[in-house]
Amino acid sequence: MSVHKHDDLPAGAGCSRACCLRAEGLGVTAGDQVILHDVDFHLHCGEITALIGPNGAGKSTLFKTILGQLPHTGSIDFQQAGGRHTRPLIGYVPQSPSFDRGDPVSVLDLFAAAISAWPVFLPAPKSLRERVRQCLSRVHGEGLMYKRVGALSGGELQRVLLAMALEPIPHILILDEPLSGVDIEGERQLLDMLDEVRTQYDLSILLSTHDFATLEEYADKVILLQSTVLAAGTPREVLTSRAFQDVFHLSLGRGGS
Amino acid sequence: MDLWYALTGLLPFEWAGPYFMKNALLAVLVISPLFGILSTMVVESRMSFFSDALGHSAFTGMAIGALAGTVVPLFAGADPMWFAVAFAVAFAFLFTYVRRKTHMASDTVIGVFSSTAVALGIFLATFGGGSFTQFNALLIGDILSVEPAKVGLLALILVLVVVLWARSFNHLMLSSIHPALADSRGIQVFWQEALFSAAIAVVVTISMTWVGLLVINSLLVLPGAAARNAARNMPQYHLISLVAALVAGVAGLLTSYYIGSSAGASITLYLALFFAVTFCLRGKVR
Repeated sequence: MSVHKHDDLPAGAGCSRACCLRAEGLGVTAGDQVILHDVDFHLHCGEITALIGPNGAGKSTLFKTILGQLPHTGSIDFQQAGGRHTRPLIGYVPQSPSFDRGDPVSVLDLFAAAISAWPVFLPAPKSLRERVRQCLSRVHGEGLMYKRVGALSGGELQRVLLAMALEPIPHILILDEPLSGVDIEGERQLLDMLDEVRTQYDLSILLSTHDFATLEEYADKVILLQSTVLAAGTPREVLTSRAFQDVFHLSLGRGGS
Repeated sequence: MDLWYALTGLLPFEWAGPYFMKNALLAVLVISPLFGILSTMVVESRMSFFSDALGHSAFTGMAIGALAGTVVPLFAGADPMWFAVAFAVAFAFLFTYVRRKTHMASDTVIGVFSSTAVALGIFLATFGGGSFTQFNALLIGDILSVEPAKVGLLALILVLVVVLWARSFNHLMLSSIHPALADSRGIQVFWQEALFSAAIAVVVTISMTWVGLLVINSLLVLPGAAARNAARNMPQYHLISLVAALVAGVAGLLTSYYIGSSAGASITLYLALFFAVTFCLRGKVR
């Protein structure tokens, strides 16, 4: 199956107009072990792309590669809506870190440390608190500002991390397993939030997930990765593909990894 | 110093009379905030055991310095403390590097470094039938022996640490909370950790002579640990840690003056008391 999905796009929304991240022939090796090879895909703004694949398939490695943290072969090219080629600004929502419940870090502390130069061991000035409040309002999280990060629920923490990734507003938003450790209510909120963010800021969203049941509800595209792209397309196309059956049904017997 | 002597001369206390007490008080007022500040991040980034290992490496550095003084004529008059500082900083960098390069648990790596440093120190100290007793003073420390010049050096280091804190605390905190997140925001995690480790190395080594190797680590752990029981955010955390260190520092010095105990140990016991109190109160502030 073709990896390039340009033919699916409605006329006039091709790469020439919309912003687009184009990865071609990506390869990453660690020592003599090949982690990724010949990875090709495109991301478009305003679209949510879900990255699926068994554990150890290279999902996190691919994220690090896009973030520019790993040496790789092949090319990653980003083109802004006007056709200008630039380095994309990437917002990254990492897998939820675990905090001690007693960690004396408030949401304000964490946020201010990430977005400002004001040393967070001093009480934050009003302007900074106002800025953080505005950023949190993007994820409807103003009420979380003075909570300790260790006291947040999984969904709340994801929203705070999302708000951090949205400051400054990036071209591409990457979320590493945002739905793990989040309850059903939190998952619904988070997905609504992503939908809102995508339409409001017209950015491309790439997230990894193991939850296939809800894919069709929110994802525009799905990429099945195992060292390389095995299948890509709409959720339905990928979930019914031969490659998906092979990867997940066969691996069930080996403990799902 | 004259100004300080004049100021302390105004204190209506008998203990503030002798010059060694005036020096020691000033030293405590400089050392306590140093440890109070560093302690917050030592506890936050789970480096309690690491700072302990650094104390051991400082001792090894002293042993190297002492040996170099007797073997190399050029170093005969040199203060072994500078060897210890250089060794501890190198130790800190090497440790940070190895910890990043291996997938081993960090306490295992610390154990490897710590035991190697101690063994090397004892080996060098007893090299050629040398006696270990010359190092005994380092184990307990003696704050009353502090000289004005050394207090000046400590004050300079305090200023440097405050500058370091103002400039890199945010990055350091993010690096310790989530390295990948810090990395994605352009923070050089390795250098943040290395610089912080080096700062601890310098502070531990230089204050070891007065505080004592056996209890120095408690000064790096207890203020932060006590503050953690009570604080809800970073400003509170720093304030409580700083105040705890200062109050315990002065109280410990006075206790040691009146009953003749080791100052380092007395300060530590006061800090332990703070920890116990905040531990019991911790449910109430939440």
